[in-house]
Amino acid sequence: MSALLKRSCSHNMLAAIIMLIFICFCVHFQNTAGQFFSSGHTNNWAVLVCTSRFWFNYRHVANTLSVYRSVKRLGIPDSHIVLMLADDMACNHRNPKPATVFSHRNMELNVYGDDVEVDYRGYEVTVENFLRVLTGRLPPSTPRSKRLLSDDRSNILIYLTGHGGNGFLKFQDSEEISNVELADAFEQMWQKRRYNELLFIIDTCQGASMYERFYSPNIMALASSQVGEDSLSHQPDLAIGVHLMDRYTFYLLEFLEDIHPASKSNMNDLFKVCPKSQCVSTPGHRTDLFLRDPGSVLITDFFGSVRKVEITMEAIHLTDPILHPMSEEVQEKTYSYVDQLPVSEIIHQKPKQKDWHPPDGFILGLWTLILLVFFKTYGIKHLKHIF
Amino acid sequence: MGLLSDPNRRRALISLLTRLNAPICGMPVDWLVKTMQARGLEVFTQRFSRTLPFPDENNERYIVEGTNVYGILRAPRAPRTEALVLSAPCSPGDDNNQAVGLLLGLAHYFRNQVFWAKDIIFLVNEHDLIGMQAWLEGYHHTNTTGMDWSPLQGRGGSIQAALSLELSSDVVTSLDIVLEGLNGQLPNLDLANLFYAFCQKIGVLCTIQGRIQRNDWDSVSGYSHAVQTMMLMVMKQASGRSWGDHGLFLRYHIEAATIKGINSFRQYKTDATTVGRLLEGMYRKLNNLLERLHQSYFFYLMPSLSHFVSIGYYMPAFGLLAVILLLRALDLWVQLATPPSRNEDGVADIEQSSTGVLSVLTPLVISHLTGAALYMLPVRFQEMAVEHFQVSETEAVVLTAIAVYTGGLALPHNTHRLISGEGTEQGWRVLKLVAVLYLAVLLGCTALINFSLGFILALTLVPVASFVTPHVPKLLSAVVLVILSPAFTLLFSVFIFQELQEMPVSFQDGWMLYLSVISQGILDHYLYGSLVYPLIALMVYPCWLLFWNILFWK
Repeated sequence: MSALLKRSCSHNMLAAIIMLIFICFCVHFQNTAGQFFSSGHTNNWAVLVCTSRFWFNYRHVANTLSVYRSVKRLGIPDSHIVLMLADDMACNHRNPKPATVFSHRNMELNVYGDDVEVDYRGYEVTVENFLRVLTGRLPPSTPRSKRLLSDDRSNILIYLTGHGGNGFLKFQDSEEISNVELADAFEQMWQKRRYNELLFIIDTCQGASMYERFYSPNIMALASSQVGEDSLSHQPDLAIGVHLMDRYTFYLLEFLEDIHPASKSNMNDLFKVCPKSQCVSTPGHRTDLFLRDPGSVLITDFFGSVRKVEITMEAIHLTDPILHPMSEEVQEKTYSYVDQLPVSEIIHQKPKQKDWHPPDGFILGLWTLILLVFFKTYGIKHLKHIF
Repeated sequence: MGLLSDPNRRRALISLLTRLNAPICGMPVDWLVKTMQARGLEVFTQRFSRTLPFPDENNERYIVEGTNVYGILRAPRAPRTEALVLSAPCSPGDDNNQAVGLLLGLAHYFRNQVFWAKDIIFLVNEHDLIGMQAWLEGYHHTNTTGMDWSPLQGRGGSIQAALSLELSSDVVTSLDIVLEGLNGQLPNLDLANLFYAFCQKIGVLCTIQGRIQRNDWDSVSGYSHAVQTMMLMVMKQASGRSWGDHGLFLRYHIEAATIKGINSFRQYKTDATTVGRLLEGMYRKLNNLLERLHQSYFFYLMPSLSHFVSIGYYMPAFGLLAVILLLRALDLWVQLATPPSRNEDGVADIEQSSTGVLSVLTPLVISHLTGAALYMLPVRFQEMAVEHFQVSETEAVVLTAIAVYTGGLALPHNTHRLISGEGTEQGWRVLKLVAVLYLAVLLGCTALINFSLGFILALTLVPVASFVTPHVPKLLSAVVLVILSPAFTLLFSVFIFQELQEMPVSFQDGWMLYLSVISQGILDHYLYGSLVYPLIALMVYPCWLLFWNILFWK
């Protein structure tokens, strides 16, 4: 009896241990699964906008191109990036190194490279086009590369740079976008379920004023300077003759160069980029509309396009292929293209309609009528002379 | 990057300059054309000729014929819509023999750069201002001064800015910038600031009016130094002539300045390559411009290169002077409206009704006819004067002008016979009212265009205009009126100008200088369209004659 009890006890213990291990495994799976779906997004988009033109605004183009470069390096493909550059610095007549845009002094880093794909260029960068890209209200003829085809599981990075002021951002020296318009555009995006989470970065003077009015959920915003402060440029290059980068984006680029697709840096590190000692202005951020804790948000959630990969060791059995039941009796219909031009109509044209002339006899009749009336008024005896 | 970075280019520039140390001008057109073509420029020439109304004794020329040579450096990637000009006048003798060498060296260096967004025109003009006028007229298809020139074969788009070089030695101790142009027009202040900024950056001593600026603004001597510099600028602007080849560009809304190299007895000398670097820097900055210089002031006075007095500061001073005239006019108007009771002369009451504005028409017409005579007679009748007197043509012109001027002083004694209401209290008041208002409007318009001229005329004419009446002591006020007349103002200005430039002259030399100034003024008017001589002859002098008439009313 005691031997049986002992055996049952050990069995019980074994069962308990196995149960414990099984539960641990389940929990572990759940954690991994939880981690797998923790961020809630499945694809990444980026909208990078440079709003100023002219040669002396070289640094804004360099800013945008350096963010483009980081974003592409971390995995977002060109099809998911909408790049808007208001002027062409690489091919500007004043560029002593044509086809290059440098971000570091002494021409260390050429951010233009060989595979830059600019979607909106030159005068196409307008407030209207920017808002249409964000809200998706583009004419049907717009090509895919110019559209923001995001869905409700997209994380979007929006980067703006240029000249700005308290509550506005200047586009192309002739128009402005106000913070109210931007907030409303984001609300439209939220209501149309065009984003899952949005990271908004702006590098202009008084940039913090641009995110003051946001009211849609799931938006995190960063700016390079507070209201009343100017964002300063970093260094001039003496050979090119202009300032190459703005300070905030320069240090942002340095920070992003250390990020790789598997890095675990989170947003709190991004908030620390460019403190006042380096930037002279005070960068600001806004996280009250964001539902998750910024400490749990990875940089690559917005800057990279991280594909979640699950490795499995089991074999997967595929079912037999489904045979098409009517494969022998289906007629082979020949297909052809519809005529682009109605050639038949062109060749066998109906004759062109000439102007309508009254029939010739009508004029004769008219004159007869006139004569009759004439003779009627002046007496019928004159008519007798004719007939 | 820069002119000094490549030792080969440095050597080439130095060899070019030393080769050119011998005077080259007398305008070797073929050599210039060949050299410019070797540098890769598109070279064109322009012939011009002009017969001066009378011989110019300062520059010793009468019938002027010459050729301008210019080469265009096309921007490698830009459309040919804008251009910059670098010019060096080629005068015979040692005057400007290094500037052409520096110009060609710069052309060679600029040709190898890819960042030019505007065409650069390298111009070598002969007979300085006359050649420049011919070139500008040909470039802009205007013909305002009756010069004869061949049309330009090559063009470069609208000119955004221009610099003129005057360099007489291959080492300089300082660089001077000359801003005053024709009719007192000035380039945009940004151009002067650009020059100053580059001088600071490269470490060259730079001056304005040939005077080095001092840092002690608080002390009396420092302040007076600055005031003297500003007075020099005022006098140069008031003369209305173009003090460098750049002055003719300003009329076409092209910002231009002249840079002169001065070689004085200082120890620290800068060589031509440094001057070339400075010019290269200035041209790169001008190249990056997207629109014409217009952000800074067009009307200013400079007591030093780092300080300026803008129009907002100096116009109220002139305004206060003009207000004196207006108050005097108001006073006369009130006096005319309420005639005082006369208890001595019953005749005056009857005559008051007959005097109106028309009675002053006669003195007005006669004064203006005298002014017209002063404008036209000197040049028209110079041959007659040369026949009758043993003087050269220039002297004939000038002495005729002075003669007509002095002859006008005798007028009041003769015009009295022609006007009604002579000797009446009412008559002179009406005349003075008209004269004071006329002077106020005239000075106001002059000050708007050429502030210095308007201000100097206002300073001398406003006091006498306000106080002259037939009742003041005649001899004293006649002397004062003559001393403050435009001709004497000019004489005193000549002496003060020489004094300010620290080259005081004796009375004899001063008088000869005065005569040459008058002849230059008349020539400037005929050659380039300067307005000072017609303004003084046709407007200011008749106005002054009206006051002379008032003085001798009885």
